[in-house]
Amino acid sequence: MTLTEKLLARAAGKKNVASGETVLVDVDVLMTHDVCGPGTIGVFKREFGETARVWDPDRVVIIPDHYIFTTDQRSNRNVDILREFVREQGIRHFYDVIDDPTGVWRFDPSRGPLAAQFGSRYAGVCHIALAEKGHTRPGEVLVGTDSHTCTAGAFNAFATGIGNTDAAFVLGTGKILLRVPETMRFMLDGAMGPGVMAKDVILHIIGEIGFDGATYRAMEFGGNGVSGLDIDDRMTIANMGVEAGAKNAIFEADAQTTAFVDARMKEHGTTRPYEAVSPDAEAKYLSTLRVDLAEVEPTVAVPPDPSRRAAARDLTDVKLDRAYIGSCTGGKASDFLAFASIVQGRQVKIDTFGVPATPAIVASLKESLLNGKSVWDILRDAGVRMTENPGCAACLGGPADTFGRINEPMKCISTTNRNFPGRMGHPDGQVFLASPYTVAASALAGHVADPRDYLQS
Amino acid sequence: MGRAIIGGKAYVVGDNIDTDQIIPAQYLSLVPTIREEYERLGSYALSGLPVERYPQRLTEAGRVPCPYRVIIAGRNFGCGSSREHAPIALGAAGIRVVIAESFARIFFRNCLATGELYPIQSSYRLNDGFETGDVVEVDLRSTTLRGANSSCGYPLTPLGEAEKVVAAGGLFHYARRMGLVRERSEAS
Repeated sequence: MTLTEKLLARAAGKKNVASGETVLVDVDVLMTHDVCGPGTIGVFKREFGETARVWDPDRVVIIPDHYIFTTDQRSNRNVDILREFVREQGIRHFYDVIDDPTGVWRFDPSRGPLAAQFGSRYAGVCHIALAEKGHTRPGEVLVGTDSHTCTAGAFNAFATGIGNTDAAFVLGTGKILLRVPETMRFMLDGAMGPGVMAKDVILHIIGEIGFDGATYRAMEFGGNGVSGLDIDDRMTIANMGVEAGAKNAIFEADAQTTAFVDARMKEHGTTRPYEAVSPDAEAKYLSTLRVDLAEVEPTVAVPPDPSRRAAARDLTDVKLDRAYIGSCTGGKASDFLAFASIVQGRQVKIDTFGVPATPAIVASLKESLLNGKSVWDILRDAGVRMTENPGCAACLGGPADTFGRINEPMKCISTTNRNFPGRMGHPDGQVFLASPYTVAASALAGHVADPRDYLQS
Repeated sequence: MGRAIIGGKAYVVGDNIDTDQIIPAQYLSLVPTIREEYERLGSYALSGLPVERYPQRLTEAGRVPCPYRVIIAGRNFGCGSSREHAPIALGAAGIRVVIAESFARIFFRNCLATGELYPIQSSYRLNDGFETGDVVEVDLRSTTLRGANSSCGYPLTPLGEAEKVVAAGGLFHYARRMGLVRERSEAS
């Protein structure tokens, strides 16, 4: 069996499963956020009753992160709906925006978009927060009301995005009906060259198989190059599996995985035993694609979909109006560090917005030094508008006052994950997806640029 | 739901209509289980489609129900986010069936789970052969699509077991029939 088949067989209490089979599996973690949580709670109460209890309050993780730093009143209210449910159900893992468990959340625009405006428990973008807080464990089934839940496959979990109704079913029963997907194997061999990042690898793969090339399927990543990819790299790759339509994306676990997971669980009191899965030698794959990492170039997905692949060096005539770094795909500490290594000592030519994914990343950017200067200061001094308020922000547009949102037709290069029409706000805005290196180089140039021309030691 | 034939005007779109075009993200603060917010979601259905390419809008001035009952689409309809707001917005606008060359997985599943829509795959690319405003009939029994003035029917892929989930009114109704969940606690 493949990684996904083995994992689902275990979660279904079966010895074997085959692709195409529908199984009822036990869920280890259910995650929801402010955009889909209130609707999920609504369905849960409608279907199980006003006084119903969730199946296991310690397995429900609630992470407000989408529409937080906005004056949109319904968005603020939605965070309050989550808080009330958490209180009623005794849910422990709630990463609230405010510290008062009986309070209400209202964003104060008079303090501006840049200065931190959240309490001590706020955790930022759910997929990164899940990992940071020790909720991603090898061999587990993790479902969430967000399509990028597949990110947790980086940790050898079966992780997939679901809708409110399915999530409500999980809340009440702890189970979900899943069809076992066929598996596409991707062999990542060798090592990435200078100026190339995991984002380029996944954009390359999506360009290869197409925007629906993995629809209904599992993407399984292996090969001798995986050990050279750090945890952040693997998260970036798994994260964008859904942009090829995948049900889940999954890596084998290695010493890096267990070291990361064990440390996070210990730090946050979320330790529980887990058992990683590895594929059988005789596993049957629908297809196998070998990717020589050394051959991957700085890659851009041009609008209007993430599979429109082009080499950054072939797009230098595309003039840009804006650059954006952030999101579950490209807002990690390593993403900002890569960005800073390009822009340090230089000035961006176009409006550039930086939204770290989590408060822990904000803190680490302020602490970590590059040539004696904090990464945060390097970015700010280069002209990047850095906010201390982490969240999904303009990646998906959001309410009109969202930081970095595209409110007029313009061209933006971004470390985010989608470039369909209107994705970052204005329906006629154009989004070019690229790695933090490429976005940084392009921000300096004012047009799409190949970061290999901008690397500095 | 549960009727064998669904007829009405068709609204025709291209490939890769993602969830941001189906329901733009600024409307996601609307909670679908709150009645008046459900209806507002319907009024914004497909409002993210680019105006130049789609001058005829699904809902004129946000009026629901819209004049259309069927959407005919190309490849990968509903790709993008897991937001259940997407099938709900279409259902709240009055759409009963989406016919597409292919569907994105989560959208397809959300159609079944909510019972809002029948997501039916076509064996051929049909969105090139129809225009917005054409009157069509979808026969769920024989799984064919027929134009009002045409004798020729286009075969669609049967939904199989999934049709029962939509016809039952969604995942929970179906799951109760199958004994996967108990009746509502108030009722028991």
